[in-house]
Amino acid sequence: MDCKVSGVDGMSAHFLLELRSEEIPARMQAQARADLERLFRKELESAGLRPGAIPDAVKVWSTPRRLALIARDLPLATEAVREELKGPRTSAPPQALEGFLRKTGLSADQLTERDGVWFAVLERPGRATADVLAEAIPALIRAFPWPKSQRWGAASLSSESLRWVRPLSGIIALLGGEVVPCDIGGIVSGRETVGHRFHHQGTITIDGVDDYAAKLRAAHVIVDHAEREAIVRDGARRAASEAGLVLVDDEGLVIENAGLTEWPVPLLGRFDEAFLAVPPEVIQLTARVNQKYFICRDAAGKLANAFVCTANIAARDEGAAIITGNRKVLAARLSDARFFWDQDQKTPLAEQAKKLGRITFHDKLGSLAEKVARVADLAEWLAQEGLVPGADPAEARLAAQLCKTDLVTEMVGEFPELQGLMGGYYARVEGLPDAVADAIRDHYKPVGQGDDVPRAPVTVAVALADKLDTLRGFFAIDEKPTGSKDPFALRRAALGVIRLITDNGLRLAVAEGDLLAFFADRLKVQQREAGVRHDLIDAVFALGGEDDLVRLLARVHALQAFVGTEDGVNLLAGYKRAANILKKETWQPLPQTYTAEPDEALLGAALAEAAPKVEAGIASEDFTAAMAALASLRAPIDAFFETVTVNDADASKRANRLALLDLFRAAVHKVADFSRIEG
Amino acid sequence: MAENQQTPPSFQDMILRLHAYWSAQGCVILQPYDMRVGAGTFHTATTLRSLGPESWNAAYVQPSRRPTDGRYGENPNRLQHYYQYQVIMKPSPAHFQELYLGSLFAIGIDPLLHDIRFVEDDWESPTLGAWGLGWEVWCDGMEVSQFTYFQQMGGFDCKPVAGELTYGLERLAMYIQGVDSIYDLRFNDAGVSYGDVFLENERQMSKWNFEVADTDTLFKGFQAAEAECRRAIEADVPIAAYEQAIEASHLFNLLQARGVISVQERASYMGRVRDCARGACEAYMAKFKDEWTAKFPGWTA
Repeated sequence: MDCKVSGVDGMSAHFLLELRSEEIPARMQAQARADLERLFRKELESAGLRPGAIPDAVKVWSTPRRLALIARDLPLATEAVREELKGPRTSAPPQALEGFLRKTGLSADQLTERDGVWFAVLERPGRATADVLAEAIPALIRAFPWPKSQRWGAASLSSESLRWVRPLSGIIALLGGEVVPCDIGGIVSGRETVGHRFHHQGTITIDGVDDYAAKLRAAHVIVDHAEREAIVRDGARRAASEAGLVLVDDEGLVIENAGLTEWPVPLLGRFDEAFLAVPPEVIQLTARVNQKYFICRDAAGKLANAFVCTANIAARDEGAAIITGNRKVLAARLSDARFFWDQDQKTPLAEQAKKLGRITFHDKLGSLAEKVARVADLAEWLAQEGLVPGADPAEARLAAQLCKTDLVTEMVGEFPELQGLMGGYYARVEGLPDAVADAIRDHYKPVGQGDDVPRAPVTVAVALADKLDTLRGFFAIDEKPTGSKDPFALRRAALGVIRLITDNGLRLAVAEGDLLAFFADRLKVQQREAGVRHDLIDAVFALGGEDDLVRLLARVHALQAFVGTEDGVNLLAGYKRAANILKKETWQPLPQTYTAEPDEALLGAALAEAAPKVEAGIASEDFTAAMAALASLRAPIDAFFETVTVNDADASKRANRLALLDLFRAAVHKVADFSRIEG
Repeated sequence: MAENQQTPPSFQDMILRLHAYWSAQGCVILQPYDMRVGAGTFHTATTLRSLGPESWNAAYVQPSRRPTDGRYGENPNRLQHYYQYQVIMKPSPAHFQELYLGSLFAIGIDPLLHDIRFVEDDWESPTLGAWGLGWEVWCDGMEVSQFTYFQQMGGFDCKPVAGELTYGLERLAMYIQGVDSIYDLRFNDAGVSYGDVFLENERQMSKWNFEVADTDTLFKGFQAAEAECRRAIEADVPIAAYEQAIEASHLFNLLQARGVISVQERASYMGRVRDCARGACEAYMAKFKDEWTAKFPGWTA
C-alpha cells in the first residue's frame, strides 16, 4: 500500500507527542527522554497493544522547552483478547462461586462447566489506538518520575494539582494526523506549538509526524538534541581552531549547552591575558561551573585567554554584543579570582593558620587549629617511627600544620572545591619545599573510589594522619555513622586510610576497639570489588588483635587461596564437624587408660607436628606455609572421623578424643576463625 | 525596539520603567520594607503574603544588605548594600515568563541582540522554611534575575503557588548602560553617578561590618530579637514576630561578617533564625486560617 496520507495507511498510523513546558533543566533531559519512552511503551502495552506492535524505532527528542516522541506504524486498534479463567469446582460452597462472579463481573449463566469446574470466558474487544492513547497520555504525564517537580498557577490552590518539572504549557498529540483528544489539568491536546522564544512569533500548526521537525526548524528550533549536541561540539571546536587554538573537549558541557538551547550558536571570546596569572584550575573551574564555557589551549598546550560560550540565538550582529557581554561576565569573575589570588599571597600560610583557631572543627573536638596540631604530631610521629618510610619528620609536621590553612583564604572561600589545591599553590609561591606543597595539595586524597592514592611519603604521612585523627576523634565522641547517615564522611575517611595503607604497604596498628571493627567493615566493602571474600576477612578479624591491615590482607589472601583447594574444602568440613561436636559436649580431662586407635594416634602426631609450623608461619608472616601446615591435617582428620568413635561409652576414650578435637580446632584457629567461613 | 536601544535608561529610570511595567500588570507598587534585610524575599509582601489562598500581586525595590559581600568600595562588582527589584504574583500567572521578558524589553534589552536564557536554579531558604523551583535568568552569561515558583513558605505548601522575580538592579543597569564598574553607573540623567551616591557608604559600612561592629552587642541583639519574636507570637501579632525574625537574621549575617561564628555554630544559629521565621509564619497562618477556609471552599492550610 503506497498511499500514506498524514502517516495513515489502512492498518497503522504514525504518532506524535509533544509535551511543551517552561525550561526543563538541562541535566534532567536525558533521563526524561528515557522515561518518556519507557512510560509510553508501558502504558500502551498495559492497554493491550502487543509489545511487538510498538515499533522499536520510537524516537524521543528534547529541547529545553519540549519533550517529543514519535512512534511510527502504530496499529490503529488493539487486538481483541479472549481469555479463559478457571473458577471454583461446581461442588464448592456458594461463596466461592460468588467471589468468582464478582472477580469476573459475569453472572452465573455466563459461565461454562467442564469436568466439574466453572470456567469464565472473558472477551476484551479491540480498542481504537486513539482511545488508548487518550488515556495513556494523561496517565504517563501523571506518572512521570521527574527528580523534582512543582505545582503552579491557579490550580495549585489544591496541593493535589498537576505536577511537572516546570509549568506544562501545551500538548500535541496526533495519531495519523488527527488530534488525540485529552485534557490534563486544563491543558487540552491539539496540533499547535510554538517556535523559538525570540526568533519566532505566534503558533505553528503541525500536520503530523512528517512536518514536525521541519516546521520547528523553520521556526529556529532544532528539536533533535543529538543534532544540537553535534552543533555545539563541532562549532566550539571550529571556533577554537579558527582562532589557532585547541578546544578542551568536555562532553558534559556539550550536553549541558545543548540542553540549554533550541538554536545553539557557539561563539569564541577572549579575555585579558593578565588573568592567566591566576592558576589554570581556577580559570577552568569558574568558566565551566559558573558560566558553562569551554576553555582552549594554545599549540603548546597552555591555557589560552579564550572561551567558547553557546548562545541560543542567531544574533543580528553575529553575536558581537553577546561575546562582549560574556567577556565582561567572565572578566568580573576572573578579576574576583585574581583579587583573591593576590590578596591571599599577601599573608604567609603560617600567619593565615592562626585564623584556624576561630573555626570550630566540632564542638567536642575543638577548633580546626587544635585538629591541625594533632594531625601535625601524628604525621611527624608516623615519619619519625618509620611507619611511613622515607617521610622527613620535619616536612611532615610542617605540611600538616599548613594543610588546612587554605580554608581561610579568599579563594577557597569562593571556590570550596579548590581546597588543598590552592594551599599547594600558595606554599610553592612562598618557596616551601615541593614535598610540603605537594602534601598540602594532595592530603585530602584519595577522595573517592576512583581517586589516585598518594605515593609521596610526606603526602602519605599527612593524608593518613588527617584521616586517622578525624576517625579517632569522632569515634571517641561517639559520632559513628549509622545506617545511611554519615554526616562527617567517616566511611570515606576510613576507606582513604585503607587505600593509603594497602597501596603503600604501610605496617602499622591502625586502630582498636570499635574503630578497628569499623575498619573491618569498610575493608570488606572495599575488598569485595577485588574479589576478596568478606567472610574470610571476618574469620581473620574474629581472632582479635589484628590491627595491621597489610598483614591481615596477606593472611586473608592466603586463606582464600587455601579454602579454594580440595584440601581446604575438606579441612573446613572436618573443622565444622569437630566444632559441632565440641559445641554439644562437655568433658573433664581424664588420663588416657587405653591404647589409641591408629587414626587417633595419627591425628595426635599430625597435630603435634603441624601446630608449631602453623604458629611459626604466622609469626614469620609466611601465611602460605601456615596454610600448608593446616593442609597436612586434612587427611588425618578425615581418617579420624572415618574410623574413630568420639562419643565412646568409655569415659577416658570420650574425654581424650574430645580433647584431641579441641586441639585440632585450636590449631585451625591460629590461622582464622573457621566458624565464620561460609560453605 | 530602536527607541529602546538609543538611550539606555539611568539607574533610577530603569526602576521607574519597571514600576510602570508591573503597575500595568496589576501589581501594587510598594516601597521598601523599612528594616535591614538580606533580600527582597524578606519583605512581608513576599513572605507572609505568599501564605494563604488570596491573590496578591506586588512589585517593589528592596535595599538588600549582605555584609560579607562588602569590598570597601574597591571591587567594581560587589557591594554590601544593593538593590533588588522584587515582583510577586499569586497565583503565578499563565504567561509569567513572557511577562518577565516583556519587562526586560521595557528597560532596553533586545532579545535578538542579547542571549537570554533560563538556567536551572532552584531556590531554597532554610531560614524561611521555604523552597521553590525556577531559574536564574542569564543575559549574555550574566545572572540578571532569579525566577522562582514558590512551593513552600514557612514550612507550608503554597496554595496557590506564587511566582517570584528578583532582579539584581545594579548588574542589570551595568549591563544596559555598558559600564564595567557599579560606581560608574549613571544614577540619573543629571550627572549623578552610583558612586556619588554610594561609594563612601560602601567604604564605611564594609569597615563597620568586618572590623568595627561590636560583637557583644550583636550577640545580645540576636538574643533579644529571638526573645521578642517569641513574645510577639504568644501575643498573636505574627507580623511583629516576623520583624524580629528579620532582625535576628540580619544580626546573624553581621556576626558572620565579623568572623565570630564557626562552621558548626553556624548551623545552630541558622536553626534559631529559622525557628523564629517559621514560628511567625505559623502564627500568621493560624490567625487567618478560619477566615481563608470560609472564603475559599476546599482550601486547607
